[in-house]
Amino acid sequence: MAKIPKIALIGNPNAGKSSLFNTLTGLRQKTGNFPGVTMDKLTGLWELGPKNEIEVLDLPGIYSIYPKSIDEELVINILGNPAHPDYPDMAIVVADASNLKRNLLLFSQVRDLGIPTVLALNMIDVAENEGYVINSIKLARELSVEVAEVNAKKGIGINGLKLAVQKSLENRFSSNDGLPLPVSEEVITDIQGAFGDVDPYRCLLWLMEHDRMKMFTKAQCADLDQIMVKHDFEPKKYKSAETVKRYEFLTEVVDRCVINLNRQWDAPPVKTWTDRLDKLFLHPVGGYLFFLAILFVMFQAVFTWATYPMDAIDAGVALLNDWLKGILPESTFRGLLTDGLIAGIGGVLIFIPQIAFLFFFISMLEETGYMSRVMFIMDKLMRRFGLNGKSVVPLLSSVACAVPAIMSTRSIGSRKDRLITILVTPLMSCSARLPIYTVLIALVVPEKNTLFGLFNLQGLVLFILYLLGFFMALLSAYMMKLILKAKEKSYFIMELPTYKGPRFKHVSYTILNNVKAFVFEAGKVIVAISIILWVLASYGPGDSMEDATNRIKIQNPNLTGVELSNKIAGEKLENSYAGHFGKFIEPAIRPLGYDWKIGIALITSFAAREVFVGTMSTIYSLGGEIDNENATIKNRMRAEINPQTGKPMYDMALGFSLLIFYAFAMQCMSTLATTYRETKSWKYPLIQFGYMTALAYLSAFLVYQALS
Amino acid sequence: MRTVADLGIGEHGFISGFTDEKLSLKLLEMGCLPGTEVILTHHAPFGDPIAIKVSGYTLSMRKEEAATILINSI
Repeated sequence: MAKIPKIALIGNPNAGKSSLFNTLTGLRQKTGNFPGVTMDKLTGLWELGPKNEIEVLDLPGIYSIYPKSIDEELVINILGNPAHPDYPDMAIVVADASNLKRNLLLFSQVRDLGIPTVLALNMIDVAENEGYVINSIKLARELSVEVAEVNAKKGIGINGLKLAVQKSLENRFSSNDGLPLPVSEEVITDIQGAFGDVDPYRCLLWLMEHDRMKMFTKAQCADLDQIMVKHDFEPKKYKSAETVKRYEFLTEVVDRCVINLNRQWDAPPVKTWTDRLDKLFLHPVGGYLFFLAILFVMFQAVFTWATYPMDAIDAGVALLNDWLKGILPESTFRGLLTDGLIAGIGGVLIFIPQIAFLFFFISMLEETGYMSRVMFIMDKLMRRFGLNGKSVVPLLSSVACAVPAIMSTRSIGSRKDRLITILVTPLMSCSARLPIYTVLIALVVPEKNTLFGLFNLQGLVLFILYLLGFFMALLSAYMMKLILKAKEKSYFIMELPTYKGPRFKHVSYTILNNVKAFVFEAGKVIVAISIILWVLASYGPGDSMEDATNRIKIQNPNLTGVELSNKIAGEKLENSYAGHFGKFIEPAIRPLGYDWKIGIALITSFAAREVFVGTMSTIYSLGGEIDNENATIKNRMRAEINPQTGKPMYDMALGFSLLIFYAFAMQCMSTLATTYRETKSWKYPLIQFGYMTALAYLSAFLVYQALS
Repeated sequence: MRTVADLGIGEHGFISGFTDEKLSLKLLEMGCLPGTEVILTHHAPFGDPIAIKVSGYTLSMRKEEAATILINSI
């Protein structure tokens, strides 16, 4: 079979690139990784005709091929390097017709790289509503390129695009205007001498951006630096002059191809919906109130609406386990399958509703264009704490999960702001903490209404924990702002896109892709740990497990049945490998009020905090002293007695100490791994782990000592 | 010299130049070209950042960034 041709989708942010991608590929898309970078790679198959499929690659939205942030770097790394595995056979540049000139800037740069290009004109309806009529046939002739008018949202014009793409794939025509702005020929000859016969514009791209391109070795970078010095070439000056020159040309083209009806009739500018909505959303008071209201609905959804499907999943998993325990003969395998594996998988699945809700809200806010307004009104506030208006998105998404949140910091241009955002993001309470909060709050906070009966006390405590995480993130950011040094100034030059109705298809794809990533990525870790934990808690060094059984039998000759087996199970757990680990760290966690059983949970949840509840249920179901088989983890923990005081183990002091510990502690391998990949250094995950653990330990210590 | 940062809401001017070389490329790419008209449309709470209308769309930037865009009001 012939190799499937590759097409790259390129365009400005908000030009409708993702819409077009979804329309072309539908559900036939998959996320992967670009080699060497962690950025999600979204590809899909598009059926051009019968038995004629091509691979479509969705690239991050950019305004120019000269990158300003890390997510933008990816584009030149692919388009600038013909040896790159994702180098496309051709490109579709998606342009927002209502802002044609700015969108054509990128088009002209991509085409000058020598890549066969088709121009997809999107949002023509918006342009026409604003009074602009575009003559796309004339535009095609002026730019000597295939132009297809599309409506990506409604899926109109796809056949025209197919034709244009087919034509372009057949003749592989790439117009080559030469350089947008002349440079001395020797510069180009020098580069071609060192790197072979390449397109002159590509030569210049290499010369100017080689620091950001991974294809060059250190020696090659030095060579390019030398050429730059030799010819006294100033990249900044050239890029600015090039941009102005391109715009001069494009202004003429647009003037010839676009008729502005407003100007002809001298009509007053139309007041658009965006203007009206911005009056409200950017209002000094109303803007904040509206944002708070949205946050409130979001949290309401996550903490109340999501509980119904979550309870159903929980019940389903329990049902499955009971059924398996009923039909399978008692064996080690049954224990591993039910208490280890299925319990572990259940612990992953239960997060799906919350994660789906969170991604629903976040992608709705981004889809409609409201998210950039949030950045706009929050920038000044966030800046005081060493953050940036753009930090709002990661902080908000980390309420779902810190991993995608940290990845979303790539759009933050300033390295210092980005680094601080990455470091403090895991302090926001993610959805993995929620089950821990829920169980512990139910144990130590009475269920009653407070504040004139308006609020549920348990709900209030939960809300305070979330606020605590947020304020601790701000505080830590402030401290880091004082410590870290900035190499460059941060900037906040950002488009405020027009408001658009959400594309529910796109929203649902976003939810689907993220839930899938969570289940498979986090799921692997959780399941692995559940199994390891089960093994560690079921086996001990040497004959210790049999010794434990015999010891109990000798000590309690009168006991029989359930009571005996519970006592044995408890003794076994204490003598298992897990028990030994727990005992080993007990002295260190004693001041926080924890015993060795909690110690086991702490150790296991250092890889993934969501394991806590699972560990607790494993520990207490193995070593519990309760007869009732169906007792919930909550009841088991409530019945636990502190051997020193004789009072319930989980009192206020211990409960709050644990809550605070889990609120601040860095207990997530995936997050640390993401921080490592995103900062490309072990230094920052170590700092992150260190400061958060210290913070958690100290705060839990203070809380326990104050309350007990 | 007047800059975009000096504009009040609803006021306009024409870009005449830039004072920061590094920012100017980003601003040029975003359509802030010499000779283009800019209108200040919004202040964020506390007066910073600001939003301007330029080349047919809305662009936001911080006040200190706006101060690098020189304007004259012909």
